[in-house]
Amino acid sequence: MDRFAWTSGLLELGETLVVQQRGVRLYDGEEKVKFDSGVLLLSTHRLIWRDQKNHECCIAIPLSQVVFIEEQAAGIGKSAKIVVHLHPASSNKEPGPFQSSKYSYIKLSFKEHGQIEFYRRLSEEITQRRWENMPTSQTIQVNKDSQAGRIRAVGIVGIERKLEEKRKETDKNISEAFEDLSKLMEKAKEMVELSKSIANKIKEKQGDITEDETIRFKSYLLSMGIANPVTRETYGSGTHYHMQLAKQLAGILQTPLEERGGIMSLTEVYCLVNRARGLELLSPEDLVNACKMLESLKLPLRLRIFDSGVMVIELQSHNEEEMVASALETVSEKGSLTADEFAKLVGMSVLLAKERLLLAEKMGHLCRDDSVEGLRFYPNLFLTQS
Amino acid sequence: MHRRGVGAGAIAKKKLAEAKYKERGTVLAEDQLAQMSKQLDMFKTNLEEFASKHKQEIRKNPEFRVQFQDMCATIGVDPLASGKGFWSEMLGVGDFYYELGVQIIEVCLALKHRNGGLITLEELHQQVLKGRGKFAQDVSQDDLLRAIKKLKVLGNGFGIIPVGGTYLIQSVPAELNMDHTVILQLAEKKGYVTVSEIRSSLKWETERAKQVLEHLLKEGMAWLDTQAAGEPQYWLPALFTELYSQEITPEEAKEAIP
Repeated sequence: MDRFAWTSGLLELGETLVVQQRGVRLYDGEEKVKFDSGVLLLSTHRLIWRDQKNHECCIAIPLSQVVFIEEQAAGIGKSAKIVVHLHPASSNKEPGPFQSSKYSYIKLSFKEHGQIEFYRRLSEEITQRRWENMPTSQTIQVNKDSQAGRIRAVGIVGIERKLEEKRKETDKNISEAFEDLSKLMEKAKEMVELSKSIANKIKEKQGDITEDETIRFKSYLLSMGIANPVTRETYGSGTHYHMQLAKQLAGILQTPLEERGGIMSLTEVYCLVNRARGLELLSPEDLVNACKMLESLKLPLRLRIFDSGVMVIELQSHNEEEMVASALETVSEKGSLTADEFAKLVGMSVLLAKERLLLAEKMGHLCRDDSVEGLRFYPNLFLTQS
Repeated sequence: MHRRGVGAGAIAKKKLAEAKYKERGTVLAEDQLAQMSKQLDMFKTNLEEFASKHKQEIRKNPEFRVQFQDMCATIGVDPLASGKGFWSEMLGVGDFYYELGVQIIEVCLALKHRNGGLITLEELHQQVLKGRGKFAQDVSQDDLLRAIKKLKVLGNGFGIIPVGGTYLIQSVPAELNMDHTVILQLAEKKGYVTVSEIRSSLKWETERAKQVLEHLLKEGMAWLDTQAAGEPQYWLPALFTELYSQEITPEEAKEAIP
């Protein structure tokens, strides 16, 4: 029993509670000692015993002191015990309840059972020697100050402590991240100022800036994410990147377009392309800017913007006006159709179906019936049957 | 006697000076472009360093993302403008938001037939999280709003309408003016609104109220309950989720983009 030292019972950083058991009595070798009724706690680093009646009375022994353990079965009137054989106490051991002992082992008597589980866990900890991997700041704390006696379960305090440490660590990371972020933004701001200054020069001398320089400037803006201060329009339009992208799109979209009747909304294209890429996705603006270049690059697709603002990609060979003629036929067959109904019949998205019907109406082929029941289109009999 | 045309000489001189000035001006711009190119390279290095230390923070921490975005906005930089931008390439912010955009589009499309293209930010958030699965990064409502703002440029009618303490997300190109928005805000509390309520809270004439409500009906954003006690009630399916949450059915999922 002279290997024990007084302790506060608080777990150290890196020390975890493994199992605990009430109703444990301690023996110095074969002799009972006054520690007759306590809670025995096993952590990754120590064996701790705390008096059930007087919580301030708390002693502990490092697991590194354990040589080996044995089980001692219960008998008549005798509780089951675990015998713990120990190394001699180290010379720099903290003060404990016993200065000396003639025994090199102690016994843990389980008056309220629990010895099987405890034995198993204790064996594990002694085998794994986890205390070697997780050095604690102090191995054993001395607590002679009785004012520190706050009645708390060791486990909860230990956990709280760890959470607090983790929070502090996280806060430290965050504040470091913010600091670095602020510094980075300062530099970014300088870039923005510089770009404004260059843009002013360009504005003043329209026509004296070479095409090449303009393209270079635009690509710098693109890298930084700065809007073009000259035109205020979506910067980046007309860079090499978007030209390349436009050509890529022409390749990727040919088949999907053919499968969908030659026309797709830009949102459909966005989803299709990005799903296919998986990584290094396109931003919506990248897509729009690339599509704006399709026609000028003489690619087989083009961007079309309907009156409603809806944007679509069409095959060059696609002629929406011709599709209107077949739409008129379909509507005539059914008498009248809503965009939903038409979409289902033809196998188009409702969005594009509606645009086609609206176009047909614009061209005078269809008439609308706008009521609370929805927007319905009829063949324009005013035109055909006058 | 010849008199040199002071005018001519002066003009010639002036032209020469102008030409020289222009030349210098061009050289100045050239200088500045070169300077910008150098500074850009330096900035790229700084950003790489920042990324090596804090890229994870941005990925995992929604609050940090907000700070980051706000700072960018303050100095006039849009980190999401292009996938080719430094921010996107090195911090990976681009892929995060652009993919989110795809998920948002798909959810809105799948539910459009039910709510007419209007959905609360909460419901959108829920459905997006569900679609992403347990192991995906956390996504905040702020993240969704930023992704939606980027989607507007695709011309599909994406819009953000403030109602109550939250937002309704519009995903169809329907005309919604101030009148419509105000009625949506009024309906937010109970999920429905009546003509009398509109008259009393907004002090509108019946005709104006009816017109706005009919427009919402036509767009499929409102449903009419004529069997309600008292007067007809106009319900907004977008606001239904408080009453009962619904899953996207397999049919609805199929209707979404493949």
